[in-house]
Amino acid sequence: MCAKPIRKEPRQVETTGHEWDGIQEWNNPLPRWWVWVFYATIIWGIGYTIAYPAWPLLKEATPGLLGASTRADVAAEIARVDAANAAIKERLIAADLNAIGADPELANYAQNAGAAVFRTNCVQCHGAGANGFAGKGYPSLIDNDWLWGGTMEDIYLTISHGIRNTTDPDARYSMMPAFGKDGLLEPDQIAQVVEHVLAISGQEHDATLAAAGATVFAENCAACHMEDGSGDRTQGAPRLNDAIWLYGGTREAITETVVNARFGVMPNWNTRLSEDQIRAVAFYVHGKGGGE
Amino acid sequence: MSNPESPPSLYAAREPVFPRRVKGTFRTLKWWIMAVTLGIYYITPWIRWDRGPSLPDQAVLVDLANRRFFFFMIEIWPHEFYFVAGLLIMAGLGLFLFTSAAGRVWCGYACPQTVWTDLFILVERWIEGDRNARIRLFRQKWDAEKIRKRAIKWTVWFLIGLATGGAWIFYFTDAPTLLRDLLTGQAHPVAYITMLILTLTTFAFGGFAREQICIYACPWPRIQAAMMDEDTLTIGYREWRGEPRGKLGTPGAGDCIDCMACVNVCPMGIDIRNGQQLACITCGLCIDACNDVMDKIGKPRNLIGYLALTDETRERAGQPPKNVWSHVFRVRTVLYTLLWAGVGVGLIVALFMRSPIDVNVTPERNPTYVLLSDGSIRNAYELRLRNKQGTDARFTIAVTSDAFVTLSLEGVDGLTVTVPANETKSQRVYLTAPPGSRAATSERTDVRLWVEEQGTTNRVYHDTIFNGTGE
Repeated sequence: MCAKPIRKEPRQVETTGHEWDGIQEWNNPLPRWWVWVFYATIIWGIGYTIAYPAWPLLKEATPGLLGASTRADVAAEIARVDAANAAIKERLIAADLNAIGADPELANYAQNAGAAVFRTNCVQCHGAGANGFAGKGYPSLIDNDWLWGGTMEDIYLTISHGIRNTTDPDARYSMMPAFGKDGLLEPDQIAQVVEHVLAISGQEHDATLAAAGATVFAENCAACHMEDGSGDRTQGAPRLNDAIWLYGGTREAITETVVNARFGVMPNWNTRLSEDQIRAVAFYVHGKGGGE
Repeated sequence: MSNPESPPSLYAAREPVFPRRVKGTFRTLKWWIMAVTLGIYYITPWIRWDRGPSLPDQAVLVDLANRRFFFFMIEIWPHEFYFVAGLLIMAGLGLFLFTSAAGRVWCGYACPQTVWTDLFILVERWIEGDRNARIRLFRQKWDAEKIRKRAIKWTVWFLIGLATGGAWIFYFTDAPTLLRDLLTGQAHPVAYITMLILTLTTFAFGGFAREQICIYACPWPRIQAAMMDEDTLTIGYREWRGEPRGKLGTPGAGDCIDCMACVNVCPMGIDIRNGQQLACITCGLCIDACNDVMDKIGKPRNLIGYLALTDETRERAGQPPKNVWSHVFRVRTVLYTLLWAGVGVGLIVALFMRSPIDVNVTPERNPTYVLLSDGSIRNAYELRLRNKQGTDARFTIAVTSDAFVTLSLEGVDGLTVTVPANETKSQRVYLTAPPGSRAATSERTDVRLWVEEQGTTNRVYHDTIFNGTGE
């Protein structure tokens, strides 16, 4: 049947008449199947523009007969994920804050959900690595120094109500007086107390001024920052006798703080995040290294 | 532009092939290979292998959902995918070896396209009869007989296709469960879709496309030309013995009586007497057919047979052909064998040197270090602890370094964590350097994190660095 070698006539091919150095440009027809595929794609294309959103009009494109909408798809996908997570969210809300880590499934959910919440809402001030911005007043959340406490409950309360905001009456609140601006201390007293703070935090200082500054500190600062400068978390008074500085630990930065005071604000998140989101992000922050 | 000549057609209709039945050594060999390969294919997913309560008991299982590959006693995790790469390299080298020694033996005997086409032709012959009956049926009008025979044949083909696609999906999930789900209609849609696609491709490739797959679709006929040389055994026609062809008894005629037996049995529809050609898959059926004829007319066998190009030169000069083994054992084939065996030994050694526990360390890079209240410098690391055993294990973590650093674990008192059986556990750990110490002040310090399984000698480490302030 197929044993005979196929013999073909010499090909007769139309030429375009172009010839360079003996090389002719031929005009071969497209393969038939290829032409049909080409026509089929045109027909398919017409059908596609009828079935799917395609032609741009003044306000929006033609919707298409199939009613396909990627926005609706996204909404449906979000609804599907929310429905799938409803049960574990309930568990997260019901769980004791300190027991979340003991339940691997709950911990896994809280870790990942918390990371997502953090990336969206917290990184603007606290940084993508949660390390804050040293010297700019945005505290690091992953060191072992806390202004208002680093237990799960403390972190949860801070996130819920925020700090020194005017929108939540339960916000953590405290205020440092502007000792210089309001004339509470004389400039030389300020210079003395700054040297004292440098001394208790283990930095280079003028011993004579610092000794005088100790009295100024005891009379004006110790009420909040404690005698030894170890701070007071109940009123958000930062620890002064360590290596971590929220607004910088140089002589200039400390002087600025004493003269004009500082007033860092954090919004309350209980109106923007749901209870399960707050718990999740609290768990996430607590597990980044600073949690107590 | 006008041209009186109509353009040449670039399309050639397939000329149908009706292979005749044949008996002989190579046909028998092919039946055996078909039985063994199909047997392996269908039975493998049903072999059970006890791996304990937490793991599947299927001997060969590609568990995509849980990212594991099980092969009898071997369990491969995704990070060990180099085993699969190694196996693929071995398969490639093996193909080179066989091709350089004996031509396209893969194509002719073991390729699924060949095996399934052979099976489909067997069904065809069983329902429609041998070559002549099939040609008659092919030319026949679509009457009741033709419709009946075609319907039966296509149904059987379809069932074979269904069984082929059905067997394939059993490799990816527990076979007995899947079979029950398939029959009760509860299996995942992907299972049904995969089965349907494979059923249709088997049906089309084995029933209709057949030799066209080998000639037009498969890249191997093109590659194999580079693998063969003049010492490679391949199927050839002893033209110096056969020509000129002529009816038996014609004076001056050679041994070939032009009976067309070799052409009629060929599943590729070619004439081997035209010499080596791309379409020849070297299945050996023409050898069987010709030997049968030679026996009947009392001429010596092997007018068509396995021979190499070097044999042709020798035989034309009246010398005996070289020993078969001298074609098989050559520098080239020995080299391929050594390479193949080298990769194989490497894989086996790697397999036995694998530790049943494993650790990956990702240092936290944002921030690179954290200043603590007392002035210490702390680095964080994400550990992925793998327990590749069937029982839970207690992993103790330790650190060694030239500089002094201390280790602590997130959320854990002490340095020991439990990793459940056959699971990967993420654990965040911290290294802390005291204020002003070498590690705290230098830019980077090499550290080695150790993981040791309690109560065993299993111990692995991972080198990483500790970032200091660099002041």
